[in-house]
Amino acid sequence: MFSGMTELRHKYLRHHKKFPHVWCPGCGNGIVLGALIRAIERLNLEKDDIVFASGIGCSGRMPTYVDFNTLHTTHGRALTFATGIKLANPSLNVIAVMGDGDATAIGGNHFIHAARRNLDLTAIIINNQIYGMTGGQASPTTPYGAQSTTSPFSNIEHAFSIAELAVAAGASFVARGTVYHAAQLDKLLEKGINKIGFSVVEIMSNCHVQFGRRNQMGDPVTMLNWLKEHAVSKDNGSSMPPDSLDAKFTIGILADTDKPDYIEEYKKIRLKAQRG
Amino acid sequence: MAPELNGKKFLLQGNEAMAEGAIAAGCRFFAGYPITPASEISERMSYRLPQVDGTFIQMEDEISSLGAVIGASLAGVKSMTATSGPGFSLMQENLGYACITEVPCVVVNVMRGGPSTGLPTSPAQGDVLQARWGTHGDHPVIVLSVSSVSECFSIIVTAFNLSEKYRVPVVVLSDEVVAHSRETFTIPAADSIEVVDRIVPNVPPEWYKPYEDNSRGVPPMAAMGDGYRHHVTGLVHDAHGFPTERPDEIEAFLKRQFRKITNGFFEIQITKKFNIEDAEIAVIAYGSVARSAHRAVAMARSQGIKAGLIQLVTLFPFPKSTVVNVMRQCKAVLVPEMNMGQISREAKRVNTGLTKVFKYNRIDGQLISPVEIFEELQKM
Repeated sequence: MFSGMTELRHKYLRHHKKFPHVWCPGCGNGIVLGALIRAIERLNLEKDDIVFASGIGCSGRMPTYVDFNTLHTTHGRALTFATGIKLANPSLNVIAVMGDGDATAIGGNHFIHAARRNLDLTAIIINNQIYGMTGGQASPTTPYGAQSTTSPFSNIEHAFSIAELAVAAGASFVARGTVYHAAQLDKLLEKGINKIGFSVVEIMSNCHVQFGRRNQMGDPVTMLNWLKEHAVSKDNGSSMPPDSLDAKFTIGILADTDKPDYIEEYKKIRLKAQRG
Repeated sequence: MAPELNGKKFLLQGNEAMAEGAIAAGCRFFAGYPITPASEISERMSYRLPQVDGTFIQMEDEISSLGAVIGASLAGVKSMTATSGPGFSLMQENLGYACITEVPCVVVNVMRGGPSTGLPTSPAQGDVLQARWGTHGDHPVIVLSVSSVSECFSIIVTAFNLSEKYRVPVVVLSDEVVAHSRETFTIPAADSIEVVDRIVPNVPPEWYKPYEDNSRGVPPMAAMGDGYRHHVTGLVHDAHGFPTERPDEIEAFLKRQFRKITNGFFEIQITKKFNIEDAEIAVIAYGSVARSAHRAVAMARSQGIKAGLIQLVTLFPFPKSTVVNVMRQCKAVLVPEMNMGQISREAKRVNTGLTKVFKYNRIDGQLISPVEIFEELQKM
């Protein structure tokens, strides 16, 4: 007899091909992947109709493990490939997973333009505040004052607030969750995937190995507690971006607006063009 | 209904003919970013693609343009982008991705003077070796060149056909002169244009190995959404498409990339010959310079000089056997180029003492004229 989650694993994971995975013990990426699978199961989507794309980094390996149409692209460019796929076959559900450096440093321009363009894609951004795979270098979301292998004295740059950036750039749906608040995360991903238009779900996650170890949080439990203590529900106050180690950040749905998505608009363009 | 253009005569510039050629070849997706002197290709595609149920998108840069093109091709739609030197440099990253994942696509580079912003409205041929070696890693490529409005149409069709057949990105080099020259051109009847589509798998999905070798070295390609769920990665991968670090699988995978192109030399290496049969000296040229060379050879013949021309349509893989045969026959060859000598290096490489290789170069943003080439021929 299998538990519900075990059945889901057998249904969605390439368990006989691609395991063990590359992530460190305690990594938040597994929680994100679990939440994604549960969201897709609840939405009752066909595996053949899902494209799961990634960029480069620890998050980049995520599509390898799931039984969808999967695509591991170049660093920062997942959304550009996703754009081509969705436009070529609008019936596909296209989801891109990225890391914080992937989405907001090298891929920052693609990210804001995808939000502005409002093509029906879902962008999942795992924000662990560090470049994990390459060895703990400072990223655009590393908090001011934090230690990293390229800010060994202290990080003097200020962090991006990814969800707020997405709101400003015009994304139809924007939410922030954490890997500590797993039940909420399932729902945020479900809503994000279901939304027509460009959706962003930023997920605060733990990299205790590359980030925590250098910032007095060297194990997963300490880091999850940090997420728990610093997350503030959207319902309990105004938007607060994660901008230093002491600062609180908002979780929940930050934007949910309705406007025509790119595919719908382009259908009108074809009609105009063909009228001659 | 979209207007029917086939069989009708137009006054078209090279860039416009390229867009029409792409549509005739079955291209239904174009992503691009504005750049002189290639922008008219984007403009024409933005107007024409929605007429034929295709899709045009203007992206935020050239990196994303090629990313979107590769994505659309992965979803089963023939795709293209067009740019010039600075944009082509930005595309090199994803061009390598298209190579390693074997995704068919066509990348047009309308060459202008460089390096950097260089001479945006002047012709040059400085990107020939960038087209061959621009992306990182060891990789084979197909690079074609065009010299006229009619070739802008026909060679784009060839580019799509080769790309689909061999599952490789194909680079088409144009230049500012070809791109902006207007000539009368009759768009051929649709049924007279040979169009090749990629081979799709005919096995059940559970048997499908997306990167399995076969006699041609070109595995069938399933479109995303067709039920053949598989993994595509820029990491070196095994027959299933999953990353591998096994030396035997790495070598077999990378060698297959070269083998599939080598197997197709007979149809990939396209050249055109003029007055070569009895030629004692020959010009080797490509792009707009080939037009000048054609005229120069006629001028030389009228003066009793037995000159001939090989126009290279395919620049890479370099058409060695054709060139070597002409070298055996001629006492000297001349390679005029709007660069400091990029194809002349190839000519010298394959020469091995058969003949004398002369070069003639201009890098001042001006087209090499027939008279200049004729004068060089007189000296030979």
